[in-house]
Amino acid sequence: MATLEISSLRKLFGTIEVLKGIDITLEKGGFLVLVGPSGCGKSTLLNTIAGLETISSGEIRIGGNVVNHLHPSKRDIAMVFQSYALYPNMSVAENIGFGMEMRGVAKAEREKAITAVAKTLQIEHLLARRPSQLSGGQRQRVAMGRALVRRPSIFLFDEPLSNLDAKLRVDMRVEIKRLHQTTGTTIVYVTHDQIEAMTLATKIAVLRNGELQQVGGPSEIYNRPSNMFVADFMGSPAMNLLEGTVTQADGQQRIALARKDGTPIMLPVPASADAAGLKDGAKVIFGIRPEAVKDDESMDRNARSVVRFDAGVEIIEPAGSDTYVVIRVAGKEVTARMRADADVRLGQPHTFAFNLDKAVLFDPATTRRI
Amino acid sequence: MSAADLVTSAPGRRPSGHSLTTRIVIYGLLLLFAFVYLVPLAVMVLTSLKPLDEVTGGNMFALPRHLTLEPWLRAWGEARIGVSDTRGISGYFFNSVKMVVPAVLISTLLGALNGYVLTKWSFPGHKLVFGMMLFACFIPFQSVIIPMAVILGALGRFGMTLADFTGWSFGLGNATVNLVIVHVIYGLGFTTLFFRNYYAAFPTELIKAAMIDGASFFQIFRRILLPNSTPIFIVTVIYQFTNIWNDFLFGSTFAAGDTAPMTVALNNLVNTSTGVVEYNTNMAAAIIAAAPTLLVYVIAGRYFVRGLMAGAIKG
Repeated sequence: MATLEISSLRKLFGTIEVLKGIDITLEKGGFLVLVGPSGCGKSTLLNTIAGLETISSGEIRIGGNVVNHLHPSKRDIAMVFQSYALYPNMSVAENIGFGMEMRGVAKAEREKAITAVAKTLQIEHLLARRPSQLSGGQRQRVAMGRALVRRPSIFLFDEPLSNLDAKLRVDMRVEIKRLHQTTGTTIVYVTHDQIEAMTLATKIAVLRNGELQQVGGPSEIYNRPSNMFVADFMGSPAMNLLEGTVTQADGQQRIALARKDGTPIMLPVPASADAAGLKDGAKVIFGIRPEAVKDDESMDRNARSVVRFDAGVEIIEPAGSDTYVVIRVAGKEVTARMRADADVRLGQPHTFAFNLDKAVLFDPATTRRI
Repeated sequence: MSAADLVTSAPGRRPSGHSLTTRIVIYGLLLLFAFVYLVPLAVMVLTSLKPLDEVTGGNMFALPRHLTLEPWLRAWGEARIGVSDTRGISGYFFNSVKMVVPAVLISTLLGALNGYVLTKWSFPGHKLVFGMMLFACFIPFQSVIIPMAVILGALGRFGMTLADFTGWSFGLGNATVNLVIVHVIYGLGFTTLFFRNYYAAFPTELIKAAMIDGASFFQIFRRILLPNSTPIFIVTVIYQFTNIWNDFLFGSTFAAGDTAPMTVALNNLVNTSTGVVEYNTNMAAAIIAAAPTLLVYVIAGRYFVRGLMAGAIKG
């Protein structure tokens, strides 16, 4: 268990800058998830922490010690790879014990450690098998066992669940969460799956093109995204982003969403926004999560600021627990997350409502949140 | 038609394009080529089992009337090889073995090491280095003979100097050692090519995992890479064994007299201009000379095809 501090880390491949000054601090026992679309540099960042990639400038400190030039095996880290990277010529027990063997740990001690880890992960009956004789989930467990047995100060996970089928992925996700809760280790976890990021993290770092977009707790990232990219990337279905104009109505500042067929929808300025900086006539992007778009019946009773409007239903997607309804507002598609038994019909107008408590505004020029 | 009918009638239906005529043509051609390839072998075996008067007086394809192993024994232990005093090809056979085994092992291991470095520890300019090693595959034997002779001569003199100081030449100047050196150098291009292509498809995450586990450069090579290289290892060993065993040019250039390899001895036996040409002994000697490569193919042949394909697709 240790803290992880990354400061102004830069990484160049030739002349291409793939990491452009990353600053992240992770407290002891924290669970940091690096998330972003493919090619954003999240795996490269993980590899630099592991020492598998050199860095061009900056500093990485594990437990307060600078590890920039330390060999991967000297950094007191363990890594679980996307492909699991189990040695195919060795049994499960040999796979788990290989690191200890390389460090010259005595055989008896090694076997004791292997048995203990196998017990924790419930893979005792697999110890004599080869990786090729294991299922995907079992391989995943062995890969975790190989990391666990080292008792490292930081665990690194590189998209460990992406090769599993959907159901197993959920099971293993719970397992990793439990591992973190029971052992309290510091974990850095790379994924492109924002649900994994939300469920596992104590801290999320969103990356794009080698730049850090936002670092924060899951609810902060979800509810107060720092820019339109984060807002769009986190959450499924994605946040609805609509263009609006700042206007004065009834002596108050409002956001007007223009509609083709007449009167615009007038919205009060969301509480999250800095109202002082808004000028009349300025264009803004109004962002609202699908679960904040409902009809009157299913609207959150505690909602303080609700605006109703009528819209035609274009698509209905029943998802079991919820029904997603696509409507058209201000020339853009808006997804509403309704109750499963919501009484909506295709093509028919229906009264919807925005819950503005969790709505956000963005500046269309800078894409930053206002 | 019931489901059972569908199942039972399926094998009766010939896949399109495999009509009776096609089959006749395919099998006819296969038989023809098998015949063409097998006739010389049959003649060799038949001749080697006949007494000499039957060979000279009779039909080449006739079965032996008096079956005899005499020519085989003569070829192995008694026949005169050129002007040498050593009788039979047995000594030369072991010359070849002593040359082939180290040459194959050293060139294969070095090729594996090269492939490992070129793919998993790639350094700036590794493509150029690999390109140049690839170029070695296209250099004809004949063009390296004179430069090689100069180098071997220098090594031999160095060996004598060493012997003056230490009492041992470390094998430098010895004909078999020279041939091992020549074949290792000449084979390195091919073995590197084989292993580089195989290791290019080898998952790099395994190397990274081993690095985190604290394994060193050679520990990774020995514990992770080599145990997972069986197919390409067999391909390379077969390829190198066949080439080095069958080599005549280097053998005849750099090893003379009693130190010559099998191929050179066979030539000397067959080309003897004194006395009667003992066709039966010659044939027996030729079969003995070809036997090891044949054996290697029979034992490991299926890996050869599999390994070549693996390299071809993944490389």
